[in-house]
Amino acid sequence: MVRSVTSFGRSGLSDWLIQRVSGVILLAYFLCIGASIAGGVDYLSWRDMFEGTAMRVFTLLAILSLAAHAWIGMWAVSTDYMTERLMGTKGNVLRVAFQIACSLVIFVYVIWGVQILWG
Amino acid sequence: MLQVSIYRYNPESDSEPSMQDFQVDTGGKDLMVLDVLELIKSQDTTVAYRRSCREGVCGSDGLNMNGKNGLACITPLSETVKNNKLVVRPLPGLPVIRDLVVDMTMFYAQYEKVQPYLLNDTPAPAIERLQSPEDREKLDGLYECILCACCSTACPSFWWNPDRFIGPSGLLQAYRFLADSRDLATDERLSKLDDPFSVFRCHGIQNCVNVCPKGLNPTRAIGHIRHMLLSRAT
Repeated sequence: MVRSVTSFGRSGLSDWLIQRVSGVILLAYFLCIGASIAGGVDYLSWRDMFEGTAMRVFTLLAILSLAAHAWIGMWAVSTDYMTERLMGTKGNVLRVAFQIACSLVIFVYVIWGVQILWG
Repeated sequence: MLQVSIYRYNPESDSEPSMQDFQVDTGGKDLMVLDVLELIKSQDTTVAYRRSCREGVCGSDGLNMNGKNGLACITPLSETVKNNKLVVRPLPGLPVIRDLVVDMTMFYAQYEKVQPYLLNDTPAPAIERLQSPEDREKLDGLYECILCACCSTACPSFWWNPDRFIGPSGLLQAYRFLADSRDLATDERLSKLDDPFSVFRCHGIQNCVNVCPKGLNPTRAIGHIRHMLLSRAT
């Protein structure tokens, strides 16, 4: 059993499941957006589409899924390449700094996304 | 004449590894790579590699041949040589002791972690613990692993985290005991695997399946472990 304090759900199974479920939600969302664009889009139709509560809820769900998906993915990348084993103790510093930067960027994007949706 | 390039490194005398070229007369035969190494050994007795059974049973001569891991003794030249050139390197990702010989300590440490033996505290029967033919069948495709390390050393997740990720070979063995009807420690075994590294560092790229000289499928076994973890979780 390897202890981890920075993974998303602290459990490999939980992270794995969230990664897959969020992936399916993102696929559904981008297919939905793709279908809307394929049918032709202008400012008014685009605005009308995002006026509806259902679309806003779906978009927020997609944003939160993207946040979780991105965190789990970037966490895996950082724990693969920025480790004490590969880089010495500076690997730990670099990894934690990278993880903080990632979480900050994700946090900003989520808040910004909410602001765009309901602003 | 076959052009063979061999990875050479002696930590006691070399500052860094190098490749040494040899010309080998195969006599027009489709030799196994191990035969070629034996011919090279007769040219230069200092070339070091592991070998034992020479028939794909002991798992000693796992090597990287023209970029792909496999057992030298059962890999014919026709399967690996391109443009009359053979490049032989040690298994990637493990420390080199000398030339083609690697230190397997990290690989065995992961194997040890999965407790590769039956855990059963009930009194042993007079003769043996019996299994139904159906239960025995569940071990097919698992028990055949010879621990040659070709799979784990072809796995990038194992390269980056050999101390945390159990690796395809260890996980195949983990499932071999999870699937065994005579083993009573399923829950205890699964509890030890439910962290973000031990099992879940596998991203399913199937390098292990691609290189296994015994034709086994560690990715499928890892999938079974995931589903067992999912079934018992709330």
